[in-house]
Amino acid sequence: MGMGTQAGITRRNLLCAGLGGAVALRAAAPEKSRVVIASDPALRATFASPESARVLKLLDRAVQSFYAADSPLAAWKKIARPNEVVGLKVNCLSGRGAATSTVLVEAIGERLQQAGIPARNIVVWDRLNSDLESAGFQPASRKDRIRCLGNDSAGYGMDLAVFGSAGSLLSNTLTKTCDAVINLPVLKDHGIAGVTLALKNVFGAIHNPNKYHVNAGNPYIADVNMFPAIRQKIRLTICDAISAQYEGGPSYMPQWSWSFNGLLVARDPVALDYTGWQILERKRAEKGFKSLRDLHREPLYIATAADSAHRLGTNDPQRIDLVKV
Amino acid sequence: MDRRRFVLDSLALPCLAARAAAPDARFTVEARFYEKLPYKKIKCKLCPRECVIDDRERGYCGVRENRGGTYYSLVYSRVCAAHVDPIEKKPLFHFLPGTQAFSVATAGCNVNCKFCQNWDISQVRPEQVESEYIPPRNLAALARRYNCPSIAYTYSEPVVFSEYVLDSAEAGRAAGVKSVVISGGYIQEEPLKQLCRRVDAVKIDLKAFSEKYYKEVVNGELKPVLDALVTLRKQGVWHEVVYLVVPTLNDSDAEFRGLARWVKTELGPDVPLHFSRFYPQYLLKNLPPTPIATLDRAKSICDAEGLHYVYIGNVPGHPAESTWCPKCRRAVVERAGFTVRAIHLDGGKCHFCHQPIPGIWERTSRL
Repeated sequence: MGMGTQAGITRRNLLCAGLGGAVALRAAAPEKSRVVIASDPALRATFASPESARVLKLLDRAVQSFYAADSPLAAWKKIARPNEVVGLKVNCLSGRGAATSTVLVEAIGERLQQAGIPARNIVVWDRLNSDLESAGFQPASRKDRIRCLGNDSAGYGMDLAVFGSAGSLLSNTLTKTCDAVINLPVLKDHGIAGVTLALKNVFGAIHNPNKYHVNAGNPYIADVNMFPAIRQKIRLTICDAISAQYEGGPSYMPQWSWSFNGLLVARDPVALDYTGWQILERKRAEKGFKSLRDLHREPLYIATAADSAHRLGTNDPQRIDLVKV
Repeated sequence: MDRRRFVLDSLALPCLAARAAAPDARFTVEARFYEKLPYKKIKCKLCPRECVIDDRERGYCGVRENRGGTYYSLVYSRVCAAHVDPIEKKPLFHFLPGTQAFSVATAGCNVNCKFCQNWDISQVRPEQVESEYIPPRNLAALARRYNCPSIAYTYSEPVVFSEYVLDSAEAGRAAGVKSVVISGGYIQEEPLKQLCRRVDAVKIDLKAFSEKYYKEVVNGELKPVLDALVTLRKQGVWHEVVYLVVPTLNDSDAEFRGLARWVKTELGPDVPLHFSRFYPQYLLKNLPPTPIATLDRAKSICDAEGLHYVYIGNVPGHPAESTWCPKCRRAVVERAGFTVRAIHLDGGKCHFCHQPIPGIWERTSRL
């Protein structure tokens, strides 16, 4: 394995840094958290689907840059081992238009397979089969294909995970099927929580997300992210910002969507959320919309996730190593 | 076997209850209390939370869904728990004592109490728990078959399946079966009034007498629950109040006294008030069971404030399980646990001194 050159990696936490995101994050807490924003302005000029080859190039650039690897393949090999089952936690509730792009997921699946993960060990998952299908992910009937699996098929465990104000049953896909998870949220506004990015997307792993939208999701979103299975298994977040939405979310509202033509990549979900939130705020200001704070839906859960009770990452821009490629 | 599943599993009545393995259109009816908003959003008007819900999303209760700008209940006739219980277990002590209630629930609740003993059905979505299809008419028939003079909507939160309650209560009345609702009382006035027109008794779980507790432990609000109790009084529906005493969280003298004074002033001294013993559950396992001395203290304070019927629950064998005539101080309904040992009432009056005892006692003469 080629050694990454990301700031903060030491001999002691090398293995964790390569394969166990959240654990490494805590060990390297004083260091900066890297967030890569990769973009391709010509990726998607209209609302048409982006071209697969261009998405693949964008993805390669983003992941290679994040790991400071010699090649895209070297970067992908840092995410998971060939014998592991890798879950791709997409965001599908809103259906096509505001869901994780199928083109992006196909590109990730392709690279994981090249990194040695068999297709049968790659699982695209979210809450419901119907949500997956509405976003364009079809359940595969052949066992040698990438699987698509809703929690309604996989079920939930019997053990209550508890932290702070949150108590939930966890998806069997997360706890039993997957060894590692790549979190694939979409860059978008959320009418209750302010924004829905890396931290919020894990609501798709619990049986009772409806209980945790109170008070704009604070502190519940941060609390849910503290569940051990979530902290330990999510190794990377790749936020789909090819098409983004600055108002009216989480439902798809084309009038408030725009082609950001990019991806946000991070292991630190707090840093990624802070960065994504700022992008959405800038777009809102540009379009003449009030800030989320003015609308009483500022995503305070991001700061909570960074506090001393959670330590899930940093929301301090001085401690975020923002790399644009 | 789960205790609540017992009846469901033993019914073996394919014509009355067909097991549902998957989401089914039979369980879905348009919700009765909501408002349409722009962009296919809706605002739920059933409970004070007033969830504003996007298309394809659900509200806090998890059992009502916006589909393209129309709001649906997903739990109509979708019974996930059914059991034949003593009415004393609800508890309703002044309502047909010694009888059985055919008790049903669907998934869902509009609060999230940290001490919930039924969280495995109240805090889940309907598709996450096995259910039976029992439409209102069949529910009334089942109650009669099991010799239950009442149907109890209980275990989870009937407010969130109110369409089913309303229709079942109506079907029950037509079949000579009463309906009782066991609820947290977190409901708006209009749907509550509709319930009042169809049901015969309501037990309200008043979780505490402070907004702080409601916010931190219940994830709800106190004031709408108090308003609901006043509405019940005004509507003339028989109601009783249960207060689960949780050590250190809602067990101060001041809170008990404030509660007693409010009940006496707003509901009257004859409303039964049950202090119930807490046991560690769900998200509140770090506290011990309520000391019995605390329950005795609560009762003493409320007795001193002039309430006539103050009970202690979840303490089998405690003298305060029985109903005592406020005039002659003799037991008019003797209870041990959920068992009624003797009833000394004649036409709703104390057998010994003829003091009227408020309640619904019609069937007592048959016992």
